Amino acid sequence: MFSTANDRVVDTIVIGGGIHGCSTALHLAKHGMSVIVIEKDYAGRHASGVNAGGIRRLGRHFSEIPLAAVSSQMWHEIEDLVDDDCGFVPSCQIKVAETKEQLEQLKTRAEQVRDLGFHHEQIIDIETLRERLPGISPHCLGGMIVEGDGSANPFRTVRAFRKKCIELGVQFREGLKVRNIRKNGNIWSIQTCNTLFEAPNLVNCAGAWGGKISAMLDEPVPIEARAPMLMITSRMPHFISPVVGLQGRTLSFKQFDNGTVMIGGGHEGRANPETNETQLDYEGLATSARTATAIFPIIQKARIVRSWAGIEGMMPDKIPVISLSRNEGVYHAFGFSAHGFQLGPVGGKIMSDLVLEGKSELPITPFSIERFPANGNSAFSRIT
Amino acid sequence: MRDPIDIIVIGTGPAGMAASQVAAKQGAKTLVLDEQSSPGGQIFRAIEANENPKRDELGESYYKGSQLTRTFRNSNIHYLPDTSVWQLSKDRELSYSRNGAAQTVTAKQVIIATGAQERPMPVSGWTLPGVMTIGAAQILLKTSNTGIKDAIFVGSGPLFYLAVHQYMAAGIPVKAAIDLTPKINYLRAIPHLPGAWSGLSHLIEGWRWKREIVKSEIPLISGVKNIRITGEDAATGIEYLKNEKWTRLDGQHILLHQGIVPNINISLAAGCDGHWNEKQACWAIEVDSWFQSSIPGIFVAGDGASIRGGTAAELCGRIAALGALAQIGKITDKERNRLAKPYRHKLSTELKIRPFLDTLFKPADNFRIPKQDDIVVCRCEEITVAQIREAVKSGCVGPNQLKSFSRCGMGPCQGRFCGLTVTELIADILNKPVNDVGYYRLRPPIKPLLLQELANLNSDAEK
Repeated sequence: MFSTANDRVVDTIVIGGGIHGCSTALHLAKHGMSVIVIEKDYAGRHASGVNAGGIRRLGRHFSEIPLAAVSSQMWHEIEDLVDDDCGFVPSCQIKVAETKEQLEQLKTRAEQVRDLGFHHEQIIDIETLRERLPGISPHCLGGMIVEGDGSANPFRTVRAFRKKCIELGVQFREGLKVRNIRKNGNIWSIQTCNTLFEAPNLVNCAGAWGGKISAMLDEPVPIEARAPMLMITSRMPHFISPVVGLQGRTLSFKQFDNGTVMIGGGHEGRANPETNETQLDYEGLATSARTATAIFPIIQKARIVRSWAGIEGMMPDKIPVISLSRNEGVYHAFGFSAHGFQLGPVGGKIMSDLVLEGKSELPITPFSIERFPANGNSAFSRIT
Repeated sequence: MRDPIDIIVIGTGPAGMAASQVAAKQGAKTLVLDEQSSPGGQIFRAIEANENPKRDELGESYYKGSQLTRTFRNSNIHYLPDTSVWQLSKDRELSYSRNGAAQTVTAKQVIIATGAQERPMPVSGWTLPGVMTIGAAQILLKTSNTGIKDAIFVGSGPLFYLAVHQYMAAGIPVKAAIDLTPKINYLRAIPHLPGAWSGLSHLIEGWRWKREIVKSEIPLISGVKNIRITGEDAATGIEYLKNEKWTRLDGQHILLHQGIVPNINISLAAGCDGHWNEKQACWAIEVDSWFQSSIPGIFVAGDGASIRGGTAAELCGRIAALGALAQIGKITDKERNRLAKPYRHKLSTELKIRPFLDTLFKPADNFRIPKQDDIVVCRCEEITVAQIREAVKSGCVGPNQLKSFSRCGMGPCQGRFCGLTVTELIADILNKPVNDVGYYRLRPPIKPLLLQELANLNSDAEK
């Protein structure tokens, strides 16, 4: 480790220039490691750069809560990490209940989270809800709130991480696709279309393409490329500060400082990870439009100026792979299932701890790649 | 979803009207969608309303649209005016809004005939109130029989002379006409003149407009190398550089125009291949000899593919319709070829004048690629030349990244007003071919769509 670096041979190679790849490179470089990031397009081209920008602890999968809590603190001090505020605006996130049953579900959930030792999720009643969200439809009954969450500018964030990485000596090789991966002794050789890179450590942060990389390492996972859709309206007078979701239907709703409103909410188009293309499904967008106008009637006359979909890697259990590989010197962080942006800062910290110390202080067992069966006759297990 | 319609035509300019009537005549179920409330497109805008009483000032070429419009009206088509098409997919699934609701339909064949738009003219002060395009001033004349008094017309191209002439003939006072055709273009165009012989009637018409303007009271200023529009909160005048000297003209209404370019948004959003046309300095859509794009079953006819003019557009529309009809078996390939023959002949004659016109009226580089730091390029997000230079300096290599770097092109116009300028400007800064720099990836809806309209998608469709 800590060999003399050049533009081909380094201590660690990170595959993928999204927020997790950049964050991993950044934390490793801070510890003096030489790092190359290989990215098939350009940093922030996919999910990390085009997502809704929500920085959310609210409603997370139980096993993600401890990680999200640490990451939340890191977001509040993001400028110390990357010398840029990343457009981070602290605000609260609210999950709205439209029926009594939904409100009960939220109450149960908040209790379960408290039992785990976390107190960020609080229940609010109808009055508080209307106070916090003045434009909300009268049928909404209450909700769950998290103070101190917020949102950031995704592409700016990735650019800021990338810039800081470069200042710390990380090399970015963009526009290079990984063709194959081999191992010679303790060294991983990564062949791209025109260059062979070598390093003892390999980190797979390839997002929706992470499964392709893990398959090259004989660790296939049932990841699926999906295309969650978003749309954005023209500028409107300011009417809402919190980021809003729903308990009973899928919706993600937020107004930016410039007045535009972003409407997301899980409805998916079709993704083609081979060509980087996404195709929108207008019935799905129409459902989002119906949900959004039902909750905030004020936006019926808003004009949609753009709709798009990013390519996300979805795992069957909706939680990512954050894990040591079965292969020595390989580490995985991918498949964040459309909620990985908030985890970016802590994700890189975890990966750097795994590379440098072989373990993380955070509970990452639920995210192990070993929850999926390995390829029985791995070429690498024979060598290593 | 309902059965696919045989042929959908988007637009009712010359190409769209001609395509629709050819399609309907051969028995194809034809749906025609258009943004305006009556047929004619830009060139024949409001033609039905203006026919009686006949208004001479609009000129002979305008009334050529009357016959075409009448045949269109008498064709067996389903025509939906006031309809905006905001999405077209590769599989020819198309969404449109009309009367507050959105609808999705599919077609076996789609003919895009969305025509042209005016080329943006990013000069100093072009965003000030009081500055409009000459095309807009012409719309006023055609639709409201009124005009902008004492305006200063600034620009180049056939429409520049036509519009000044129309205003003059209508008796609306014109303060001045500043002709920006670069002098060098006359020299460059001369070699193309013999080839343009068959288009003599167009040349004579244009020459007549210009001569009558020269003979009139209107000051016609030519040989102008640069301009800047002055004013703080609104335009107060224009300064122009001629013979190395700046001269000032006071005026509250400045009308700009430097030619037209294909309206490519829907074709590109659908995924049709395009390329940079250096002669016309604009993007063009790749089409085969039947005007079919790179996507089977999607045709782009008329100025929407590349600028050929109104007469050629009509012929392209007819040929495209024949191509589409053959693909769905309404006519045989043999019939298609036979029927297309006379149109092809006329079209090739019509196109002979293009090299001459394209060379003569190619706008000067400095009116397409702004150099001055404070000129606004993207009007929606107010992004200046300096900001684009800054983004390119920090690693931005094309229009799509520029969106992420600066929000340039992300406003409600979807890059219509800045797309050309942005690509040429980035290419210029990076010293790269425009084709390599590329164009915006367009995101539907390509026309403004109310959330409420989307919410009502297919709510009244037969299930």
